[in-house]
Amino acid sequence: MKNEDLYQYILGIADNSLILGQRLGELCGHGPTLETDIALTNIALDLFGQTRSYYQYAAKLAGGVKTEDDVAMLREEREYRNVLLVEQPNTDFAFVIVRQYLFDEFHLLLMQELQNSKDEMLAAIAKKGIKEVSYHRRFSGDWVKRLGDGTAESNERMQQAVDDLWRYTDELFHLTKADREMIGQGIGVDVSQLRDTYYNTVTELLQEATLTVPEQEYFQKGGKEGIHSEHMGYLLTELQYMQRSYPNMNW
Amino acid sequence: MTVDLAPHIDKHLLPVLRKVSDPEIPVLTVLDLGVIREAVEENGKVYIKLTPTYSGCPAMDVIGDDLKAAFKAIGKEAEIDLVLSPAWSTDWISEEGKRKMEAYGIAPPLEESADKAALLGNKKLVKCTNCGSTNTRLVSQFGSTACKALFQCNDCEEPFDYFKCLK
Ligand SMILES: [Zn+2]
Repeated sequence: MKNEDLYQYILGIADNSLILGQRLGELCGHGPTLETDIALTNIALDLFGQTRSYYQYAAKLAGGVKTEDDVAMLREEREYRNVLLVEQPNTDFAFVIVRQYLFDEFHLLLMQELQNSKDEMLAAIAKKGIKEVSYHRRFSGDWVKRLGDGTAESNERMQQAVDDLWRYTDELFHLTKADREMIGQGIGVDVSQLRDTYYNTVTELLQEATLTVPEQEYFQKGGKEGIHSEHMGYLLTELQYMQRSYPNMNW
Repeated sequence: MTVDLAPHIDKHLLPVLRKVSDPEIPVLTVLDLGVIREAVEENGKVYIKLTPTYSGCPAMDVIGDDLKAAFKAIGKEAEIDLVLSPAWSTDWISEEGKRKMEAYGIAPPLEESADKAALLGNKKLVKCTNCGSTNTRLVSQFGSTACKALFQCNDCEEPFDYFKCLK
């Protein structure tokens, strides 16, 4: 493929939205209250919408008979480029909210930069996405505060989620080969430059939520290179089940 | 800064466009909603540029199909092109659209700063679509669809949707 790096770069962004959307979709009908259930599935819908735009673009780059559905549904685990954070399971509502917040804060920073991309299509998707992601961040940030600074039980569970998920945050700022190529061409965002702003903002909010920021030196990585956690296989099994069992099926 | 974003629409196509409505808010036509960014006829074929409200809005595929069907009914073929840029804004909903929306039971979007104050600062600014009171409270930032928030009136107890400002 002529634009292999661009193709991989797009997947690096799109797969995060797909996999997190899939995780949130699992909660459809299972949210703790009707309002949060609806909110989380609405966020999933936004993420799927964004990811669809990316995949349509990626499929066009791939050429031939490839469609957005092939790109989304018919890759092997090692070909997905999402970060480990978004594939982590819905352990409890605290995990769902903390995972969401840790991602939303990053996602917003990424979109704000990507809207200046030299690639017009990516810039347009980002501009559209910013508006939506701002709402996501507002929702998840509010819940972090509400539950962190809530009851003893909610605080404890939130702290547990923060402690467990923190190790996946560093990977958000790693650069892949495709990242470096695209940064060089003025298309990609240098996410390593977003790290300080991210940790400052997150730290401030966690403190406001009376949560302790973990002092961690060991971080997990691998998702961006296609090396995923043990949860990913199960997630993909469910995501791909229909297309694998009934190839080319349509609603 | 005022940017002229008025879409280019061939006048003779308006009657057909007026017949196509938003499947989720059927009182609004696609023109009220501001999602038609261009509609022109060339050599007997109609070319339409459609912009989604939200990225994942499931209504968009339906609107595209409905547009094609509406033109087919008058013997014309229509080609739909989905455009993302410039991104849709609630400013593009017509004044008439906002009135129809309110009559339908959905509080129309406030301007940006008032919207923020209502959604973030719990300021009582959103008007109840049932009794008109602004003594209302936010129940959830996400309502029945991604574009709406759920409110409830403190005076008449009516729960209602508020169409969030998107800029
Ligand atoms: Zn009322």
